[in-house]
Amino acid sequence: MDKPRVKVPQKVKAGEPFEVKVLISHTMESGQRTDEATGQKIPRMIINSFTCKLDGEVVFSATLHPAVSANPYLAFYVVADKSGELEFVWVDDSGDTATATRTIEVT
Amino acid sequence: MRGTVIIVGALGLAMAAAIAPVAEDFGVHAVDGRRSGYTYAAAETRAMQDDEFANPGYIWVEKGAELWQRTGGESGQACASCHQAAADSMRGVGARYPVFAPELGKLINLEQRINQCRSERMNAAPWPWESESLLAMTTYVRHQSRGMPVSPVVDGPAAPFFAAGKTLYHTRRGQLDMACIHCHEMNSGNMLRAQRLSQGMSNGFPTYRLKWQTMGSLHRRIIGCDKDVRAETFAAGADAYVNLELYLAWRARGLPVETPAVRN
Amino acid sequence: MIHTPLPKACFTRRRLLQQTVAVWAMTLPALPLAADSPAVQAAIDAIIGDRDAESGELSLTTPAIAENGNTVPIAVAAGGRFTADDYVEAIHILAPGNPVPEVVSFHFTPRSGYARAATRIRLAETQDVIAIAELSDGRVWRTANEVKVTIGGCGG
Repeated sequence: MDKPRVKVPQKVKAGEPFEVKVLISHTMESGQRTDEATGQKIPRMIINSFTCKLDGEVVFSATLHPAVSANPYLAFYVVADKSGELEFVWVDDSGDTATATRTIEVT
Repeated sequence: MRGTVIIVGALGLAMAAAIAPVAEDFGVHAVDGRRSGYTYAAAETRAMQDDEFANPGYIWVEKGAELWQRTGGESGQACASCHQAAADSMRGVGARYPVFAPELGKLINLEQRINQCRSERMNAAPWPWESESLLAMTTYVRHQSRGMPVSPVVDGPAAPFFAAGKTLYHTRRGQLDMACIHCHEMNSGNMLRAQRLSQGMSNGFPTYRLKWQTMGSLHRRIIGCDKDVRAETFAAGADAYVNLELYLAWRARGLPVETPAVRN
Repeated sequence: MIHTPLPKACFTRRRLLQQTVAVWAMTLPALPLAADSPAVQAAIDAIIGDRDAESGELSLTTPAIAENGNTVPIAVAAGGRFTADDYVEAIHILAPGNPVPEVVSFHFTPRSGYARAATRIRLAETQDVIAIAELSDGRVWRTANEVKVTIGGCGG
């Protein structure tokens, strides 16, 4: 998987939820399409899970099914009490993973 | 009695106001009646384009930025080796392409110029048309002109190629016997089933198309049009399409480069 | 005089028909939700079990008409600011008109702060998109929005 895009505020206020946006390149092959050349169904190959951790603790996660659009985009909220590291992990049907980390400064 | 007349009169005015075509303000996305495809897109689609994070086209902008720095071929050079910062060296390039290339004696478009650099300067294999790498680099280079007015040169040595593109635009083709002009000038604004026909402006290409769920080149889009009218298509990168690309750029003159646009 | 009021009683056949239809429309009972297919019912049961779903404080934002069914932006929000023991555990999105009804499940923790999320989804046809929220106290909220999916004219 390609390098994901992640948007988090550089500085956040302690205890105040802030929005996180993530976007990753993936075809999200639904398993419903047919290969026109062969007549065979194209096997499902999607990102099926996304997890966001703050200093190792899961703060938000999502289970994705084939109806999530190609190049999945997710927006959600996180709250932090102290500066730390956000870790983002995407996993697809082949077991392939993509990760990203962002340091957030709590003021 | 008089009250009734006034009420009816007021109603009539209100109805007239509702029916009369309201001059919509499309901001920078329309110039002298020429309307970017942006002005035909749904509000959600426009919002997706406007948000530089939510816009999936930026995946390709970022891939292009990486490729810009990456060495390729036997030369050990990257785009940046000659052109340094794309923000400076490529600014305005995407707004004026395609251009006349004296060494070829014909027009060259952005994709072809990128591959010319790869094969002649970098000793690298040219990228196949519509490959992720070529789309990413084309998107990245054209993005450097985002917001600048489309401003192609159509006279001088480019004139005969511009004329050829104009002719193709007006030539009936395919089993449906239709020319570009039939949808995109004579019927722009009208509905084709549930879709509103646009003026077919090229200022947002390469474009992230919801239908494709990926980025695509202008030539891929034109091939789609050709298939719609059941015409024999040219290959992407064919001279006929590059000539047409120059005519389309002239039609879109003054409209801002929107790459990466988001379209239905 | 430009306005001639209609006589009070005007029993032309057309007018009678119009009135009948209007009265019939006004007296229609609220339509029950369309019966869910077994796959959809199974997906809903898997989330809700035998709990009762209320409308609650759950909002689902969708376009009334999707320009393209491949990429439909949606957003959900449930309740207010989380506390350590009072929060929304999950919001599930279901599309009963799709080949697979499950679309996406967002799992929140007290560290999420808010039950708010957005994504983009595929809809195979016009349908009622369903959102179901599960709360930490076991309650369930449910809402639905109709999204019309249009067929574009251009195959290109």
